[in-house]
Amino acid sequence: MNAASPSSASALTAESVAEAKRAHWRLAWLSTVDHKRIGILYLLFALLFFVIGGLEALFIRLQLAVPNNTLVSPDAFNALFTMHGTTMIFLVAMPALFGFANYFVPLMIGAHDMAFPRLNALSVWLVPFGGALLHFSIFVGVPDMGWFAYTPLSERPYSPSLGVDYWLIALIVLGIGSVATAINLIVTVLTVRAPGMTLRRLPLFVWINFVNSFIVIFALPVLNAGLVMLLMDRQLGTSFFMEREGGSSILWQHIFWSFGHPEVYILALPAFGIISEVIPVFSRKPIFGYEFVAVSSVAIALLSFGVWAHHMFTVGMGRGPDTFFAIASMLIAIPTGVKVLNWSATMFKGSVKLTVPMLYAIAFVVQFTLGGLSGVTHASPALDWQTKNSYYLVAHFHYVAVGGIVFAILAAIHYWFPKMSGRMLSERLGKWTFWCMVLGFNGTFAIQHILGFLGMGRRVYTYPDFEHWGWMNFVSTIGACLMAVAALLLVWNLLRSFFRGAPAGTNPWNAWTLEWATTSPPPVHNFDALPPIHSRRPLWDYANPDRPDPRVGGDALTVPNRANTSSWSLIASEAAFFGTLLLVFLYFNLEPRPGPNAKDSLDLATTAVFSVCLFASSFTLWRAEAAERAGRRGGLVGWLALTIALGAVFLVGQALEYRELYHGGVTLTANLFASSFYLLTGFHGFHVLGGLVALLIVFGLLVTGDYRNRPSPLVAVGLYWHFVDVVWVLVLAVVYVLPRFL
Amino acid sequence: MNGSSGSIFDPVSPHTQAISDLFVITLWICAAIFAVVAGIVGYSLVHYRWNEGAADPVQIAGSKRLEIIWTAIPCVIVLVLFGLTVHAMEQSDPEPPVGEPDLEVIGHQWWWEVRSPKLGFVAANEIYIPVGRPMSIRLDTADVLHEFWVPQLTRKMTTVPGRGNHVWMQADQPGIYQGVCSEFCGTQHAWMRFEVIAVSEEEFDAWVEQQRQTAAVPTGDAARGAQLFRDLTCINCHAIQGVASHPTAGPDLTHVASRRFLGSGIVPNTPENLRRWMTDPQEVKPGALMPNFKLNDEQLAHLLAYLATLR
Repeated sequence: MNAASPSSASALTAESVAEAKRAHWRLAWLSTVDHKRIGILYLLFALLFFVIGGLEALFIRLQLAVPNNTLVSPDAFNALFTMHGTTMIFLVAMPALFGFANYFVPLMIGAHDMAFPRLNALSVWLVPFGGALLHFSIFVGVPDMGWFAYTPLSERPYSPSLGVDYWLIALIVLGIGSVATAINLIVTVLTVRAPGMTLRRLPLFVWINFVNSFIVIFALPVLNAGLVMLLMDRQLGTSFFMEREGGSSILWQHIFWSFGHPEVYILALPAFGIISEVIPVFSRKPIFGYEFVAVSSVAIALLSFGVWAHHMFTVGMGRGPDTFFAIASMLIAIPTGVKVLNWSATMFKGSVKLTVPMLYAIAFVVQFTLGGLSGVTHASPALDWQTKNSYYLVAHFHYVAVGGIVFAILAAIHYWFPKMSGRMLSERLGKWTFWCMVLGFNGTFAIQHILGFLGMGRRVYTYPDFEHWGWMNFVSTIGACLMAVAALLLVWNLLRSFFRGAPAGTNPWNAWTLEWATTSPPPVHNFDALPPIHSRRPLWDYANPDRPDPRVGGDALTVPNRANTSSWSLIASEAAFFGTLLLVFLYFNLEPRPGPNAKDSLDLATTAVFSVCLFASSFTLWRAEAAERAGRRGGLVGWLALTIALGAVFLVGQALEYRELYHGGVTLTANLFASSFYLLTGFHGFHVLGGLVALLIVFGLLVTGDYRNRPSPLVAVGLYWHFVDVVWVLVLAVVYVLPRFL
Repeated sequence: MNGSSGSIFDPVSPHTQAISDLFVITLWICAAIFAVVAGIVGYSLVHYRWNEGAADPVQIAGSKRLEIIWTAIPCVIVLVLFGLTVHAMEQSDPEPPVGEPDLEVIGHQWWWEVRSPKLGFVAANEIYIPVGRPMSIRLDTADVLHEFWVPQLTRKMTTVPGRGNHVWMQADQPGIYQGVCSEFCGTQHAWMRFEVIAVSEEEFDAWVEQQRQTAAVPTGDAARGAQLFRDLTCINCHAIQGVASHPTAGPDLTHVASRRFLGSGIVPNTPENLRRWMTDPQEVKPGALMPNFKLNDEQLAHLLAYLATLR
C-alpha cells in the first residue's frame, strides 16, 4: 500500500487541487482577471448598491406618502435623493451593464477573455472604491446638492460640507474606471474575435456595446473635466462656476449635460442590446432588420452629443439655441422609434414564448415607448417650459431608467443566469416577481405624470395639501413598496436557484449566439471548440444544417494591432478631455477681462523656445521608431534618449514660466484667465509627464534588453507622445497666439 | 395651503394657453404612436404564441420597404411637431419689452423678493397683477439658481445671477394662482412658494398705493417693539420703509401683516403662527436662514405688537 498507482496519484492531485481551490476561493475572487468572474463581481457590486439606492428611494416615497409629512428632515431628504440618483446611475446601472458586457461580449465573439484582463480587474475594483469614497461622506456630511450638482449651490459658500468633495472625487474615480472598461471593450471587439466573427456578424448585444463604448470614452472625460474644475473651485479657490467672481454657473450646466445626456444613452444602448438578443430568441425568429437596429445605434450615439442643452431650455439661452436643440432632440426619436418597431416586428409572425426574460423584454418595449414619447414632449421647448423639473419629468426619466433600463437588466439577469450559474431560475417565482415589478413600477410612476401637470415640482421634501396631491402621492408610495417586494422576491429567487435550481445545460433557451455553445458555467478558457461562424446565428446554422441563415459577407477578419488600438482609444478619450479644457479657455477669454490676460501676461517668445523642444521630440521619436524598424539598436537608444531629454526640457521650461507668472501676480485664483490658463496648461503638463514616464519605462526595458522578446511597445507609447504634442500645438494657438488677434 | 393647485391644462393666460394647446395635440400624436406599438405587440401576444412541438416560424430577417416607411413617417411627425413648437414658442414667450420691466422678482434662499422700481414698491412672496394686462418681469437671484413657475400663468424660467432672464405674466381671470420655485435650491426648496393675485385695475392701483406707504409711526407696545426691532438687529436683514430701506437678506416687512402666508407658504400668516415663527423660526421652517433670537415673552409681545401695525 505504500506505492500508489498512477491513476490514484492523479486522483489525489485533482482532489488536492480542488481542495486548494476551496481554501483560496476568496483570494481567487479578489485577484481574478477572468472576465466572467469580473462580470459577476460587477453584478454583485451593482446588486449591493441597488439595495442601498432602493432603500433611499423607499424613504423618499415614505416621506412623500402624505402632505406635510415630517418623517425625514429636509436636509436628510435632500441627501437621500442626491445619493439615490448618484448611486443608481454610477453604482448600479453602469456596473450592471458593464458586468453583462464583461461576461458576454468575449463569449459572444468566441474569445477566451477580454483584450486586457488586468486592466479589466482594475476597472471593476474602482467601482467599490468609488462607492466607498462616496459613502465615506456619511462621516462628514452626505452630499445634498442633487445628482447634477448645479452651481453655485454646489459651491463652497452654499454647500460647505466636505461631502460634495467626496462626491466629486468618487465620480472622477468611477469615470476613469468606466473609460478603462470602454477602451477594453473596443479593443476586445476589434482584436480578439474568433475566426469568422466579422464585424457584420456581431451579435447586436456586442455591436451595441461596441458603439456604446465610444460614447463612454468621449462623454466621461467631459464630466471629469467639469468635476476637476468644481473641485478646484471648492478646494483651491478658483471661481469657474461662480458668477459673482466672473465665472458662469451656466457653463457647469453645459459641461454636465454634455456628459449627462450621452450618459442616458450609455445606459440605454446596452439595454437595447439586451432586448435585441432576448426578443428574437423567445420569438423564435431572427431580429427584424439587423442592419437598421445596428445603424440606428450609431445614429443615436452621434446625435446624443448634440442634444445636451434640452436640459437647459429654461435657463434663458435664447430663441436660437432653444430651437436648435429642440430639433436635434426630436431627431433622436427617429432612430429610437426604428428600434422599437423592429423589436415589435420581430415578435410579429413569430412564435412568442412567454418566459420570464421575455416578459421583462415585452414590458420594456411598452414602458420604454411611453418613456420615449414623454421624452419627445421634453424636446419641445414650449412644453418643457411647463413640465421641466416637475413630477412629469420625474415620471418620464423613471419610465426610461426603470421601465426601460432596469427592466432590460432584469431580462438579462433571467436570460443569462443559467449560463452564469449553471442553474435555472424558478419560473414561478420569476413570474410573481415580474407582476409585482410591473404593477409596482407603473403604480409608482404613471400617476406622477399627472402630479407634474398639477404643478408638483421635483425634489421637494414635502408639499401642501392641495386637491388630489395627497392620494396621488399615496398611490405612488404603495407602488414603490410593491417594487420593494419584487426586489426581495428577486434576491430570494437568485439565492435559492443558485443552490437548488434545476441544472441549466448548455443551451436551455435554444438560443443562437456563441455563449450558448459552451458549458454552463463556461470553463476558464471559455470554449473547447467553436462551431463554424458564417452568419449572425452560428448555433442556428449548427442546429439546422439543412436551412442555415444566408451567409453574411466574407469570412476574412481585419484585426488591428492590440496595443495601437488601445492607444488610439485612449487618445480619443484624452481628446475629449482637452477639447473641453480648450473650450473652457475660449469661453472665458474671448473677451479680455479685468486683471491679467493672455495678451499682456504671456511671453510668447520664451514659450516658443520650449515649445520647439516638444515639437522636436516628436521628430526624434519618429526617428527612433524608424531606427527600430531598421533594427539599428544604437540609433534607437540615441533617438529615444534625445526624445526624453527634449520632453524634460519642455517641462522645465513650463515650470520656469509658471514661476515667472506667479512672481508677476498671475496666481491660480487671480482671475478666470489665470485659472483657465493653469487648468489647461497644467493638465497638459501632467500628461507630458505621464508620457515621459512611459517613454522612460520603454527606455529602461530597452537598455536592460528585456523587451526584445516581446512585441515592441514603442509605437503605442509613441502614438500617445505625438498626441500630447499635437495638443500643445492647439494650446499654443488658442492660448498664446489667438488672443493677440482679438 | 390647500384647495386647488391649478393645472397646466387649465391655463388663464394667452401664453400658457398656447402651451396647453400644443400639449394636447402632442399627447394625441403620442397616443396614436403608442397605440401602433402596443397594437403590434398585443396582436403578436394573442396570435403568435409559442406551442410545444410547433414548427419554427418563417425566419423573416427584415424588410427594407417597411424600414423606409417607418423611418419616413416619424420624420414627418417630427417636422410637424417642430413647426407647431416654434409657433407655440413665439406665442408663449414673446420678446421682452424695451426699457424697464413692470416687476423685478429676485429669488432668495428660500423666499421671493418682488419689487417694482417703476411703481415704487417692494413686497415678498405675493405678486399682485391687474387682470388682463401682460406684466413684464425681470428675474434675478441673490444667491443660487432658482426657478420661477406659475403653471396657470407663465412658463418657468431660471433665475441666473446677473443674467436678467425675462418672462411675461398675465392672468385673464381674477383669482389667486400658485407659484413655486422649481429648481432645487437647497434645504427649504420645498417651501419657496408664492402666490400671484390677479385683481381688477382699480384694485391693483389701490394695492400699489397702499404698498407705497411707509410704515406708520408706532405707539405704545408697538413703539417698544420698533425699538427692539432696531436693537436686536432685526433691521440688519429686514427692511421697513420709512425706517431702513436697504437690507434685503430677509423679506421687506413694511406690510408684513397684510400678507397671507409666512415662510413662503409654509404656514398661514395668523398671530399664532407669527408667534411660533418669532419664538423659533427653525421649528417652523428648519434650515431657514433666520436664527432663533431666543426672545423673552416681553420682547416677543412688543415685537408682535409692532409687526401687527405693519399693514
